[in-house]
Amino acid sequence: MTLLRGLGYLALLVIAFVVQVTFFSAFTVQGIGPNLVLLVVVSAGLARGPELAMGLGFTGGLLLDLAPPADHVAGRWALCLVVVGFLIGRLRARAQGATPIEVIAVVAVASFVASSLFVFTGFVLGDTAWSANAALRVILIGLAYDCAVAPFLMPLLGKAEERLSPPQVGLA
Amino acid sequence: MWRNSRHCSRSWSLTGAGGKSVNLQEQNSHQRTDHGHRTRRLLVVLLLACATLITVDVGAGQDSPLDRVRGLVGDGVGPIESAVSTVTDPIAGIPEAMRTNRSLRSDVARLQAANDDLENRLAGSDQDAAEQRQLRGLVRASGNTGYALQPARVIAIGPAQSFSRAVTIDRGRRHGVRPDMTVLEQAGLVGRVLRADETTATVLLITDARSVVGGRLGADLEIGFLRGDGDLSGAGRLDLELVDATATPTQGDLVTTWGSKDGAPYVPGIRIGTIESVLTSPRDSTTRAVVRPAVDFSSLDIVAVVVAPGTPGAIVPDVKQPNSSKDSPKNSTGGQ
Repeated sequence: MTLLRGLGYLALLVIAFVVQVTFFSAFTVQGIGPNLVLLVVVSAGLARGPELAMGLGFTGGLLLDLAPPADHVAGRWALCLVVVGFLIGRLRARAQGATPIEVIAVVAVASFVASSLFVFTGFVLGDTAWSANAALRVILIGLAYDCAVAPFLMPLLGKAEERLSPPQVGLA
Repeated sequence: MWRNSRHCSRSWSLTGAGGKSVNLQEQNSHQRTDHGHRTRRLLVVLLLACATLITVDVGAGQDSPLDRVRGLVGDGVGPIESAVSTVTDPIAGIPEAMRTNRSLRSDVARLQAANDDLENRLAGSDQDAAEQRQLRGLVRASGNTGYALQPARVIAIGPAQSFSRAVTIDRGRRHGVRPDMTVLEQAGLVGRVLRADETTATVLLITDARSVVGGRLGADLEIGFLRGDGDLSGAGRLDLELVDATATPTQGDLVTTWGSKDGAPYVPGIRIGTIESVLTSPRDSTTRAVVRPAVDFSSLDIVAVVVAPGTPGAIVPDVKQPNSSKDSPKNSTGGQ
């Protein structure tokens, strides 16, 4: 990956994060908004495979962990999104020519895995004061929101990523 | 690097051996497993990196070496959040206008402030006159006085998926904001400053599940502790635990901040909310009550940080000292 391409992806992640915490903070459902950084990782995983998705997951996760207004143990989101990047990247071979419904299903799975892993790390580290019940509600509303914005944002992200790294023929 | 060279030598030997089509297929499968190995190794490396980060951050406790990284990231991302929110705030305020009467009213205030803000920018004025006007009003209304207030706008709200209720404001170290300062709004207490970067700061809201505020019951000055429930939907409630079990809070009682030493993190006498219901259990040695916060956390916009007196840009409201206050706020903020 060239430096320029890396900076392009970093910019994409920063834009996703900033829009998530500023613009979408006005459209939250019970304080819950869509996880745009996760959508970037899923989109990269489906189009480019696990390695890029894991790299984006790690960087995007660090952004969620360190950039204001984050206030939890650093590395938690990074861990979740690396796992999601790996899992979704493995699906790539089957995702060629997936229908929009299938893409939304993948987003749903990714959202559930990422959020519940985040809750789980919180419980393990004692970094959360939430009950499992309340956490489950947040996970499910977040999942619904991610699926709701996916039809609009996934094609956009796909286009942005295509511009950043044109599809490679043969081995990727 | 070594992986690549090994990879190359293998494909050389393969093409040198026999029929082309078979070799290509074989080579392909080799490359795929090779690729799988590389992917798995990257996964392990990244997971280890995350685990290291978590361990370092947890192990270090209060002064984590990652706080410096947080500061750097904050200095970089904060201004971007600030800029984006300035552009998107007026747009984001529109659909909310279709809500209830209460939020409609706050929306009018918010849009007005946003509009005034933009007009000020157009006029080339540095002073956020609209905010100052609002803040003067809020200070007069609450009857609280003596504190130097640094006006700030909420520019970003953390996702609930992170399970913390923290927001970013567009004032930082440069504007005299430091960690553990009190943040308030027109209606009452908002929270405290967790971390201050150069131009932005992170504020922990009192509705965060980990937030604890010392509160005083208006009627009989009983003291207690208020904990948040993590909800930001506007239906969030605080749990008040009174130290004295014989205290009898009644519905509608006002709860104000009790004030900490040197006014950090909370200055005294700020309205927190009103008692909504009282829970008494005979087994419990304490009295608990549910407090409805005075601030509507679902529509936070303009807030104020209680900064040290004499901070440039801060407003010191020119109102008479209230008679009821026992400790002079001027002195209590002086320690910061």
